[in-house]
Amino acid sequence: MSFSWNIVTDLRAMWQWAFMRNAFEAGGIASIMAGIVGYLVVLRRSAFATHALGHGGFSGAAGAVLFGVNPLYGLLLATSAGGVGMALAGQRATTRDVEIGTILAFMLAVGLIFLSLYQGYASEAYTILFGEILGVSASEVLLMLEVSVGVLVALAFLYRPLLFSSLDPDVAEAKGLPMTALGVAFMLLVAVAISFSVTVVGVLLIFALMVTPAAAAVRLTQRPVYAVTASVLLALASTWLGLTLAWFASSYWPYPENHFPASFFIVTIAFCVYVAVRLGLWVAREWVHPSVPVVSSEVPAVSETG
Amino acid sequence: MQTGAPDLGDPDFAIRASRVEVAYGKQTVWSDATFDVRRGEFVAVIGPNGAGKTTLFRLLLGLQRPLTGSLTVFGATPRRGNDRIGYVPQRHTIDNDTFVAAQALVHLGIDGTKWGPGFSGRAHREASLEALGAVGATALGHKSLGQMSGGELQRVFLAEALVGKPDMLLLDEPLSNLDIRRARELVEVVHGLVASRGVTTLLVAHDINPLIECLDKVIYIANGRVASGLPETVLTSSSLTELYGVPVEVLRDSRGNIVIVGGENPHEKVVA
Repeated sequence: MSFSWNIVTDLRAMWQWAFMRNAFEAGGIASIMAGIVGYLVVLRRSAFATHALGHGGFSGAAGAVLFGVNPLYGLLLATSAGGVGMALAGQRATTRDVEIGTILAFMLAVGLIFLSLYQGYASEAYTILFGEILGVSASEVLLMLEVSVGVLVALAFLYRPLLFSSLDPDVAEAKGLPMTALGVAFMLLVAVAISFSVTVVGVLLIFALMVTPAAAAVRLTQRPVYAVTASVLLALASTWLGLTLAWFASSYWPYPENHFPASFFIVTIAFCVYVAVRLGLWVAREWVHPSVPVVSSEVPAVSETG
Repeated sequence: MQTGAPDLGDPDFAIRASRVEVAYGKQTVWSDATFDVRRGEFVAVIGPNGAGKTTLFRLLLGLQRPLTGSLTVFGATPRRGNDRIGYVPQRHTIDNDTFVAAQALVHLGIDGTKWGPGFSGRAHREASLEALGAVGATALGHKSLGQMSGGELQRVFLAEALVGKPDMLLLDEPLSNLDIRRARELVEVVHGLVASRGVTTLLVAHDINPLIECLDKVIYIANGRVASGLPETVLTSSSLTELYGVPVEVLRDSRGNIVIVGGENPHEKVVA
């Protein structure tokens, strides 16, 4: 079917297919989870850790494929183990790059050997790498829903200590917060969120769903609650708009056997949103109103080092 | 090892240390430290880099234990998570892409250690506005931390420490990175808090001169030893010569500013 410029008709046409409804639901759930977790990822400067967890998780999925187990279990195991390892390796994000890179390289090497040993075409591996949101089943959507509710309940419980330990680790430690346990708990939540979001964009592109919208959101508002909301909305917009574009682009595509990958559109929109936010704020600051987004204050901003 | 000091619970005292020895790993940082701080005193902790000034704070916060000797804070053994202490750690920088409003950080001074969901209600908002007001930073509440100057940041950190209504403030190098004028402004703010709220305050500093007029006491840490007392008693050539174990001279200029010459390295001028 082709695009009619009548939004209601178009959406109805798209949603009459169960796989598209599933895709919208799965994408929505993953976006909410990734948007919220992503805000804390950005605040804790764990973007590289998140990126590495996704990539490294591939080794677990490849291993599971090799041993004939559901790749999701392998993915969960690998991301969780990697996350705990990273959390224990170093508390301070600034000193963690080397440790994370080391763990990542090792995990990718393990993934490579699993993939090489596997006889035949590893279509599951491809799915894990790039996502296959159009192939999500209703039962998978239900599982995603249950897991994401669990992740959100855990985050609601940990939210303030996580925020505190991310923004002001020395004071949080002196005030008695269990810093290592918080770090481990957070990385486990990231691992679970990644594992259940990979169907949308895949491990290679998970960064675009979990970090890019949050990174744009923190520049739009400085209040944590608003920033989390904006992060979720941007992730949702990227996913749903990307799905819609993929659907209608595919309908103009003359070769029915290979459709447009939704991941491409989702990631591209997330990228464009990020660039637009950066450009928009730059224009606002330099040209339109020199005090945006910095709220003006009576205290003059004297240049001081430090 | 309890030595003397029968009145550990004396309500007049905020800190009592008796023959305290502290080590970092196997390396003794300083030892045989006996001093006390009375409630409501404004104390400067001075000494060369690496002498163990921050270590003293770690002891008081319960992040580290003394090897020997006894140390009490408000009559009790120091413990982590003591709500009666407000702490501003030494910070080198805050990344300028930290897009979080100052008020959110001050909020965390109230409820940052609370588990479970919760929304900061009107009481929290008023408390954090009051704390920001007390340090002259009302206008900074909505400004992003990454966009602040060094002096603005120190005020916000002070508000974060203050919002829990502590009885003691531990401020680690709040004046470093500030120019002379900003340093004096911040000292005035802190001194005002000590005077108006009776908050016992220990402030680690490199340069004692911006502080010297408002101090009640100096704790001088150097050469593995700790000396304490009135500024005019501790900051003398004879007392510092004894502390360092090498000849040290304390010079004063016409305005009462102090320069300490000598210290550990005879070729290096130490400005205390």
